[in-house]
Amino acid sequence: MTYLVGENLTGGYGSGPSILNGCNISVDKGEIAVIVGPNGAGKSTAMKSFLGLLNLKEGKVTLDGKDITHLAPQARIGEGIAFVPQTENVFVSMTVEENLEMGAFLRTDDYQDTMGQIYDLFPILKEKRYQLAGQLSGGQRQQVAVGRAMMTKPTVLLLDEPTAGVSPIVMDELFDRILEVKSTGMAVLMVEQNARQALEIADRGYVLVMGENKHTGSGQALLADPIVRKSFLGG
Amino acid sequence: MSQRPSSQPLQDNTVRASIAFLVMAGLLILIGVTQSWALALTILNLCIISALMALGVNIQWGYAGLFNVGIMGFAALGGLAMIIISMPPVKEAWQAGGTRVLFALLAILATLSAALFVHKLLKGKRWHGWAIALVVILGVVLSRSILDPGVTAIEAVNPASTGYLGGLGLPVVLAWMVGGLLAAAAAWLIGKIALGLRSDYLAIATLGISEILVAVMRNEDWLTRGVKNVTGLPRPVPYELELQQTPWFINLVERINAGSLAGLNSNEYATVLQSLVVDSASIFVKLCYTGLFALVLIIILQLCVLALDSPWGRMVRAIRDNEVAADAMGKDVTGRHLQIFILGSAVVGIAGAMLATLDGQFTPGSYSPLRFTFLIWVMVIVGGSGNNLGAVLGGFLVWLIWVEAEPVGFWLMDVLTSGMGDDSGLRKHLLDSAQYMRVIIMGAVLLLVMRFSPWGLLPEQNRQA
Amino acid sequence: MTDFLNALVVFANFVFIPALTYGCQLALGSLGVTMIYSVLRFSNFAQGETMAFGTVITIMMTWWLQSLGVSLGPLPTALLALPVGILVTSWLLLATDRYVYRYYRTQRSKSITFVMASLGVMFIMNGLVRLLLGPNDQNFADGERFFLTADAFRAWSGLDEALVIRTSQALTILLALILVGLLFWFLQRTKTGKAMRAYADNENLALLSGINPDRIVRITWIITAALATVAGVLYGLDKGYKPLAYYNLLLPIFAAVIVGGIGKPIGAVVGGFIIAFSEVIVTYAYKKVLTYLLPPDLAPDGLVQLLSTEYKFAVSFVILVIVLLVKPTGIFKGKVL
Repeated sequence: MTYLVGENLTGGYGSGPSILNGCNISVDKGEIAVIVGPNGAGKSTAMKSFLGLLNLKEGKVTLDGKDITHLAPQARIGEGIAFVPQTENVFVSMTVEENLEMGAFLRTDDYQDTMGQIYDLFPILKEKRYQLAGQLSGGQRQQVAVGRAMMTKPTVLLLDEPTAGVSPIVMDELFDRILEVKSTGMAVLMVEQNARQALEIADRGYVLVMGENKHTGSGQALLADPIVRKSFLGG
Repeated sequence: MSQRPSSQPLQDNTVRASIAFLVMAGLLILIGVTQSWALALTILNLCIISALMALGVNIQWGYAGLFNVGIMGFAALGGLAMIIISMPPVKEAWQAGGTRVLFALLAILATLSAALFVHKLLKGKRWHGWAIALVVILGVVLSRSILDPGVTAIEAVNPASTGYLGGLGLPVVLAWMVGGLLAAAAAWLIGKIALGLRSDYLAIATLGISEILVAVMRNEDWLTRGVKNVTGLPRPVPYELELQQTPWFINLVERINAGSLAGLNSNEYATVLQSLVVDSASIFVKLCYTGLFALVLIIILQLCVLALDSPWGRMVRAIRDNEVAADAMGKDVTGRHLQIFILGSAVVGIAGAMLATLDGQFTPGSYSPLRFTFLIWVMVIVGGSGNNLGAVLGGFLVWLIWVEAEPVGFWLMDVLTSGMGDDSGLRKHLLDSAQYMRVIIMGAVLLLVMRFSPWGLLPEQNRQA
Repeated sequence: MTDFLNALVVFANFVFIPALTYGCQLALGSLGVTMIYSVLRFSNFAQGETMAFGTVITIMMTWWLQSLGVSLGPLPTALLALPVGILVTSWLLLATDRYVYRYYRTQRSKSITFVMASLGVMFIMNGLVRLLLGPNDQNFADGERFFLTADAFRAWSGLDEALVIRTSQALTILLALILVGLLFWFLQRTKTGKAMRAYADNENLALLSGINPDRIVRITWIITAALATVAGVLYGLDKGYKPLAYYNLLLPIFAAVIVGGIGKPIGAVVGGFIIAFSEVIVTYAYKKVLTYLLPPDLAPDGLVQLLSTEYKFAVSFVILVIVLLVKPTGIFKGKVL
């Protein structure tokens, strides 16, 4: 049984038109799943369906076998789903450490361990823990954002284009970090524009077109597929 | 605010408007029959002025979403225009301090241009701000030293009846226009400062300027006589007393009332005719005002319609319907908003001048935010934000309710507490508090209409859905 | 030298201490506006009337306590009544949120819609305040009038001029210090305070972190009620309760908030003092101070007053205009758009 499963997802925002047309996406613990595809394919929308921000007309979402299709977004955070938005994903007027604390807002246990783990994972954050997040560079902010999400001690981490707008070097570093996050046993689902690099680290890859699964397979398999290469990876 | 459904048929509104205005007319006639015709006309005249103010505010709110919390100040500027344009000049006061006032004005203008010059000259330099501050302080000291002795001299001239400069002695209608111009100038200043920033800032800035304008009028006795009030403002219509002596008017009254006068003996005839003439004169004067005010209202309404159908109006509507898109297309949103803000304020200024004309006096103490800012807003929201005819209707209806609510509220309290006995402290307290209930109810009306009927009585027609 | 000291004492007595007191009152009032702004994202025009309402409830409670013979000795009885005032005002503000503002929040209305609604609330409160206590001035200060009397100061210093500190002034400064300290501790150190800052900073991310927006909004109103009531009562103790005075505080409060940087608590405090000191310094007549400082033949004839007190809120307005023209974000970089 796969940990997080979205089956036959169909729907859109509010009463608007359907953006997803029966797509299937799933990710297991200790795996990275990557959604790629052209602009307007519904990549971010697919991810948001797991967060409960979508009005699903058909299909269902299960977490560890449990049906969470009709759970409110707030409740899903409690169930262990954490989300890192693409932009405005840190509290700019708060310090790095306060950002992490806010991630642990719902937790009643001692979260110092988790914070220690995050500082081990992102050493730069430990160094800048008393600096305002708004004063950090783009790559560092993304690390704060991922760190904040991890503070909820999630089992599933949803990342919306974590490398948007950062330099190639920072991008490689971020992907390395995400690999480390995966090794902690978390299920990672992300939407990426930098399809080639993202698929390289992906255990599962989904190519979406018009809200439907066009190609599905392991990252390596997709990278090797000549049709995928030609149409979506620029040769 | 959310978009209104587009399915509403067009003529629906015309019918609604006609019914609404018929109801208004009916209410006024009811007052005329049950209370008195003079009262009905007084209310009608103030209704028209309120409608005009609401129209001005609606231009700002409905077409640009500008929130003006300083209506009081713009209306007071209209009143000020009545003094400086239409009152006769006080010659002694001019001799005593007129030159000083003029020179002080020159000094202020010179200070402003010097400050602007320094600003241009030193732009970007570190001590730029300090230099301007120095210029302004020197300018203030200089103009105060010129002005103060002049003011003392002016205020010493027959303080019981004048003690101020008076005006230019020009026709009243000109004063109305100048009232609009003064308000427009103040609006330009405020708009330049606060438009283009957060929408709240315009609200705060207008609140500030209106408080200051009214404070100036309350305290600068040489200009407005301050709290001593300027009474006996000239009128654009005949005086009742003159009318009562005028043969053609007496003849007219005699002819109209021929039926009721017939069969009276000569002694009774003279007394009854006399009282009829007195009543009719008062009504005649009020009717003259009604005609004049209605004319202004119709002209301005018509101008609004013409403006909105022009290319300028289309751009205004485009900006209103989607500010972001208009901005992206290179339309000067802030510039357009400034124009709208100025135009709306000018209409309020004209209405303010007309109000002072109707009162026959300028009383700076009577300008309260409750009566002049808040009440007008209730009119705009109740009438239908964005719809000019709606604003006019709101002006009529809310003013009528406002005037009639006090006697009705008092009567209601009186009836409800009649069992308590005349010396009951609670009864007295409740009777005293009827006037505050009126404010609370108006606040509640504003909030309820905003919430449950955000488009008011007469929704806007051509808003794109 | 004595002349200089005398001048200094006059200055302290008529400029520094009144401005400091007034600054504390403004700071408390402005903090309420800035809190509402940062969490609910609109300028609350009802703040002045909220202060008046809190004061009215406190006055009524004070009278009741006095009728029972309860007193605080040298301190004003109003201090005992203050918690009740805060409680009732909190309840009123929460009711306005429940029945007025919440709807617009769920509709995600423009901020100007909230501002207009707050104008409606303002006038309802305006009527309510007069309904409860009438339109007249009230004096509800009791206890010891002076904290430092003129005689005591003269005996201690041997100067001609005396420094007088009224109990209300000392109390204002002390209470403001405690409250501002508490507020900053709350915002910086407690979990709820941090959540409030997080919500103000980035609403969506706060939701993603599991912060409950309704709770944040509720706490914000309660804090605002407490600050407004204390500010209003202190102002009333200091200058006497006048219903209109609270409406007139609106402009200085907004000016203070914008000068400091809207949405920034520290800005509201600093802004409050800037406005208060400017207002008092500009409207004070310096004749007496200068008489001590200058040689007798140079002593001024006039009052040496830059601006008459009727125009004191012109000072707030001018400062406001300068800030809008030069640096719309204010000293501490608040939000502009």
